[in-house]
Amino acid sequence: MQNSLFTPGVVQARLSDGELAQNFADISPMLEVHEARVAADRCYFCHDAPCITACPTDIDIPLFIRQIATGTPDAAAKTILSQNIMGGMCARVCPTEVLCEGACVREMAEGKPVEIGRLQRFATDTLMDKGIHPFTRAPATGRKVVVVGAGPAGLSCAHRAAMLGHEVQVFEARAKAGGLNEYGIAAYKAADDFAAREVDWLLKIGGIAIHYGKALGADITLAQLEADFDAVFLGIGLGGVNALGLAGADLDGVQNAVDFIEGLRQTDKAQVAIGRDVVVIGGGMTAVDAAVQSRLLGAQNVTMVYRGPREKMSASAYEQEHATSAGVRIVYNAAPKAIHGTGHVTGVEFTYAGGDALTVPADQVFLAIGQTLSGAPSLLDGKKLKTNAGKVWTGGDCAAGGQDLTVTAVAEGRDAATAIHAKLMG
Amino acid sequence: MANLTTNFIGIKSPNPFWLASAPPTDKAYNVERAFEAGWGGVVWKTLGSEGPPVVNVNGPRYGAIWGADRRLLGLNNIELITDRPLQENLDEIKMVKRKWRDRAMIISLMVPCDEESWKAILHRIEDTEADGVELNFGCPHGMAERGMGSAVGQVPEYIEMVTRWVKTYSRMPCIVKLTPNIADIRKPAEAAKRGGADAVSLINTINSITSVNLDSFSPEPMIDGKGTHGGYCGPAVKPIALNMVAEIARAEATRGLPISGIGGVTTWRDAAEFMALGAGNVQVCTAAMTYGFKIVQEMISGLSEYMDSKGMTSTADLVARAVPNVTDWQYLNLNYVTKAQINQDDCIKCGRCYAACEDTSHQAIAMSEDRTFTVKDEECVACNLCVNVCPVENCITMEVLPKGALDGRTGKKVEDYANWTTHPNNPSVAAE
Repeated sequence: MQNSLFTPGVVQARLSDGELAQNFADISPMLEVHEARVAADRCYFCHDAPCITACPTDIDIPLFIRQIATGTPDAAAKTILSQNIMGGMCARVCPTEVLCEGACVREMAEGKPVEIGRLQRFATDTLMDKGIHPFTRAPATGRKVVVVGAGPAGLSCAHRAAMLGHEVQVFEARAKAGGLNEYGIAAYKAADDFAAREVDWLLKIGGIAIHYGKALGADITLAQLEADFDAVFLGIGLGGVNALGLAGADLDGVQNAVDFIEGLRQTDKAQVAIGRDVVVIGGGMTAVDAAVQSRLLGAQNVTMVYRGPREKMSASAYEQEHATSAGVRIVYNAAPKAIHGTGHVTGVEFTYAGGDALTVPADQVFLAIGQTLSGAPSLLDGKKLKTNAGKVWTGGDCAAGGQDLTVTAVAEGRDAATAIHAKLMG
Repeated sequence: MANLTTNFIGIKSPNPFWLASAPPTDKAYNVERAFEAGWGGVVWKTLGSEGPPVVNVNGPRYGAIWGADRRLLGLNNIELITDRPLQENLDEIKMVKRKWRDRAMIISLMVPCDEESWKAILHRIEDTEADGVELNFGCPHGMAERGMGSAVGQVPEYIEMVTRWVKTYSRMPCIVKLTPNIADIRKPAEAAKRGGADAVSLINTINSITSVNLDSFSPEPMIDGKGTHGGYCGPAVKPIALNMVAEIARAEATRGLPISGIGGVTTWRDAAEFMALGAGNVQVCTAAMTYGFKIVQEMISGLSEYMDSKGMTSTADLVARAVPNVTDWQYLNLNYVTKAQINQDDCIKCGRCYAACEDTSHQAIAMSEDRTFTVKDEECVACNLCVNVCPVENCITMEVLPKGALDGRTGKKVEDYANWTTHPNNPSVAAE
């Protein structure tokens, strides 16, 4: 039965299949060839360009843009991918407004940066759509590297290690590779199964075997890996979620945002049940993704509530604007106090910084208050993992240092592989 | 509003914007559309001798180069003179001129280089009531292989001879159109003047190959796998044309000879520059072929506004205003010392000035950790490259050192005007 925006409760199919397909289509499609040439021409080819400095993977952005401008997108893609093997996904999900595009001198000059993200996608998609994998492996070294976690950090490390001639085994707890690219990114940012396609493309380098359903701690142990391999890379991500610690968090209709987002990626959209009145608690990218996608599924009222002020929100101004333009109401400076309901949630009570109370009606609540390490071995540096001096390296969200971004994970994985190589061959 | 009415060698037109002899002026339909749009005059596409008309290729006639967003910067063509019957052209010229009395109507001519051919064609056009003739000694492709066009224009004696025939057998004002495919543009201009020309027009197109197809290895435009050099025009040729116009305007032998300026005129500003360098009017082709005839309206409004802002009431106030300032290198003031200065408020920190100066010039720009770019006066030779590569207009300026100021680079104080002719390093000075 077809439901509507007004149907009470948590139900499927509030929108038609056509509307859902439109809502979850590619948010920013690949540039046409002429569009790319025009966009590329805006690049000033800066000396020691600020955009490169701003990129965690140090992609030579002016060079790849000039390669696009001169009609050689495959060469551009190689420039990108040699620094960032997941340049295709990063082009889609990077918060470019705070990284390369935020540093673009044209942002300073006129508030309109060169469209670096879209140009990067133009180059990488052009190459990947041809099925070309531009890298080859160095002669075999006879060394064995093991990677735990087939997310951006792990795959980046695996690719670079394989390219350097090492034999790579990857253990992945889930059924698919890609990590948050596969399970955690908003669907419209990685349309057309891009995460899986990128993994397939990446593995064309050869020399990488992935073993699925193998979780660290449960199926494999760090001690055994250290015994069996010459080097270990841990890119296990943040498997746990922070607890809200409030009464009512166990009511029906209350769910972790990461689980909701994951379900969306792995299920037909018409099968995903969504409330009429949705409340998202949190202020990060996960909160934005959950809130926006709730709207896209047909929730009538979506309220995202963050305990701090606007400027402290970890979702960028661009992401906040994206949410509000999708019809999400954002409430700042309101801390959750209680979740109300009997059996099923009916509303969430907040307290404003000034002490005033706010109760938002809800038939569905998503908690997006941060993720945490789970099932990790004891290599702790605060709440994150650290690289030890022996044969264990770490990278990605689970590791200390750097922002929890795909592009940071790729950089850390790549650099770990380089360090492993130096150590093994040194 | 400034009066744009122009009297060029006795030919009046409501404005100085004429369409050059070219595809846009091939027939009545186009020319009438041009006049409706506001063009002051046209030079009708070149007529040849009576007889079977020339034929054109049936593949591409034009090649091009583009800037960003496919902005057309240069066009090249291998089209020949009119391929329509002579009488048809003559009838149309007469009809259009009668209908548009206030517009200039010039007929471009190109016939074999013998007296009878010129006598015959001049006789044929007498009845058209056209205002003048333009002798096409310029086209560098096709017709030149048959001894016409630039084949004549490259031999000053031929120019003089044919011009004299034209002035002998016709009472019409005569403009000689010059080819730029020659080492010294002053020689053909002098020849035209000796032959009695009332004016010269320049430049015609420049021999060119616009590009090479790197798959078929054929030059563009390509005809069945082959290509030939064609005539280059459009914005890209303007600097070459400006210089040639200026050379004629300032040369002793040709000073005062009326000039119709041609070569990449695209906006009112281009036209004003040609006129300031001595052109009495301008002829346009590529801009019209790119954007259509309507562009003349911008040219008219722009030139009017500019002239008003300068207090100029007629185009004569503008013509040749810049000619006295065109000089030889040897007379440039060697004591005119400037230094680049970067306005930090306008700087967007792209570093292009630094890369250009550090890699290719005089290492006169410093770059700090926080990307602040500053000029080292003691190294700056004032070459202006940083100004030219800076994407922000007026962010970098060249500041003049006043007399008596110390030039940090040379360690000398700025003195009064002095040039190469009196410089101690000049061997001819030392020899005296």
